[in-house]
Amino acid sequence: MTTIALQPDTADVVAVPPVPVRLRTAVADTIAVQGRNLLGYIRTPQLLVFSTIQPVIFVLLFRYVFGGAIHVPGTDYVDFLMPGIFAQTVVFGAMATAIGLSTDLNSGLVERFRSLPIARSAFLTGRTTADLARNVVVVGLMCVVGFAVGWRVHTDVPSFVGALLLMLAFGYCMSWVFATVGLIARDAEAAQAASFPILAPLIFASSAFVPVSSMPGWLQGFARHQPVSAVTTAVRGLTLGGATTGDVLTAIAWCVGIVAVAAPIAVRRYRRTV
Amino acid sequence: MTNLHQHSEPAIRVEGLTKRFGDLEALAGVDFEVPAGTVLGVLGPNGAGKTTTVRILTTVLRADGGTASVLGIDVARRPDAVRARIGLAGQYAAVDGNLTGRENLRLIGRLTHLGRPRAMARADELLERFGLADAGDRLARTYSGGMRRRLDLAAALVHRPPVLFLDEPTTGLDPHGRANLWEVIEDLAADGTTVLLTTQYLEEADRLADDIVLINNGTVIARGTPAELKARLGSTVIEVGLDDDHAAARASEVVAPFGVRTPSRTGRVVQVEVADGARTVVQALRALDAHGLETLELNVREPSLDDVFLSLTGDRRDRDDEIPRAARPETLERSETRGAA
Repeated sequence: MTTIALQPDTADVVAVPPVPVRLRTAVADTIAVQGRNLLGYIRTPQLLVFSTIQPVIFVLLFRYVFGGAIHVPGTDYVDFLMPGIFAQTVVFGAMATAIGLSTDLNSGLVERFRSLPIARSAFLTGRTTADLARNVVVVGLMCVVGFAVGWRVHTDVPSFVGALLLMLAFGYCMSWVFATVGLIARDAEAAQAASFPILAPLIFASSAFVPVSSMPGWLQGFARHQPVSAVTTAVRGLTLGGATTGDVLTAIAWCVGIVAVAAPIAVRRYRRTV
Repeated sequence: MTNLHQHSEPAIRVEGLTKRFGDLEALAGVDFEVPAGTVLGVLGPNGAGKTTTVRILTTVLRADGGTASVLGIDVARRPDAVRARIGLAGQYAAVDGNLTGRENLRLIGRLTHLGRPRAMARADELLERFGLADAGDRLARTYSGGMRRRLDLAAALVHRPPVLFLDEPTTGLDPHGRANLWEVIEDLAADGTTVLLTTQYLEEADRLADDIVLINNGTVIARGTPAELKARLGSTVIEVGLDDDHAAARASEVVAPFGVRTPSRTGRVVQVEVADGARTVVQALRALDAHGLETLELNVREPSLDDVFLSLTGDRRDRDDEIPRAARPETLERSETRGAA
């Protein structure tokens, strides 16, 4: 814990604390807000169940219903599918960031936080890191489901771990995109409604569930060069074998690029939100 | 209530504060001061600018113009220093329903950097003080409206702020919950906390505030102690119904000397505000009788906030003497323009 004692009665002048102290404060504040958000998830288990059931249904649907009709040359469809399912799971999970933030904005809690001497960034980092922690649980669960329906990792442990970390990093970056959505929407239903038009093309017009080559030509350009495809391709390479450095670097570049653009927008928006 | 004016510097000082949201001029030059250890009631209808003023003072919102300081610290230039010294309880009970009452208070304790042991001790202490000790380990979403408000107020006090902002703290509470919260606020004031309280209820400001500032359309239209304002506004409204319009017009002249302002007349009904209830009512009725005017209907009531605002905004002369002595010329001009528009 930090040791900044507040003595408002005596201290007439508070010097601006040095950077290391501010950083420690920011981390402590983030952990406090994150803990609060995680307790919220634990105490509204229906949220977690809902966000887990959906990808499970997708696994079953694509594995046993659509999968038979989708032909991917040179690999079992389930091995092709699971990286796409992970991408879909973490992107849909990022929507929880939008919903959580907009809910807090409506409750007046944000107003209180902004009147407190806490690190400005803590409210957003506390939310996005809580959503990251939640994603760890959900992705872990999806691995179990995947293995149960016949998914196999054809590479080694470091590649597999790398694939999972890449997925989680991607989910975290997408959380910042949806943080902005949540800050603008300011009502949980609106946040959800505003999120879907962003999610749907990213997830479905990608290589997540079907090979891009099966799409019409005009769509292929977009489908090949968008983050969900990039990350899915890298994760496929890392779990099926044949991952190229280029694939992984492209995926990482997307993650870095997304967070570099989305985080400052979200922070600025948070500062301005009434 | 005794107030120890330990500092010559007011605890809160607001000068020429302006804020605009698009086309809406939320604040058109607000000035007031709150001496340390006193309670200021900021009274006004919805949309008057009360909440905007509180948001600026609590560093949540930036003003477009003017200055605001808390304990001598400029809110725009050193917001963090201000935040360490203020507590805010807003219109909504800003507590997390998924946390218990105790966890809510501990969270605020951690976020105000009390350190874990002190945050825990402070949470227990506040739960006890606000009558929530038994409910401390229940999720806040199971609390009643009154309990949530008390928890919210407790959360605003975790870091012992010397200045407290309460934005319509009792709006939406039942009478019992309101009375309960009033006692808590009175205790805080008695302990020397400076309180700025916004409210739509005249009664609430009367009960809790040492001074009152009336805000309408983003400007201060009246200020004074509750007693001064009531004396000026009239403590009682008398409505007299007469035979016809002609009689009412005459009655209006007859009762005029008893009123604190010119009586108003709607058809055959005359309305006059008087300073000293019962005695004046009798005198006014006798005077009507002496002039051969028969009173068909009589209605005596306390002035509502509507009466207050109608009388203050409807009568230009009254309004002008209420423009603050310390007002800057700029503020004067603004309110003149506003009044003319």
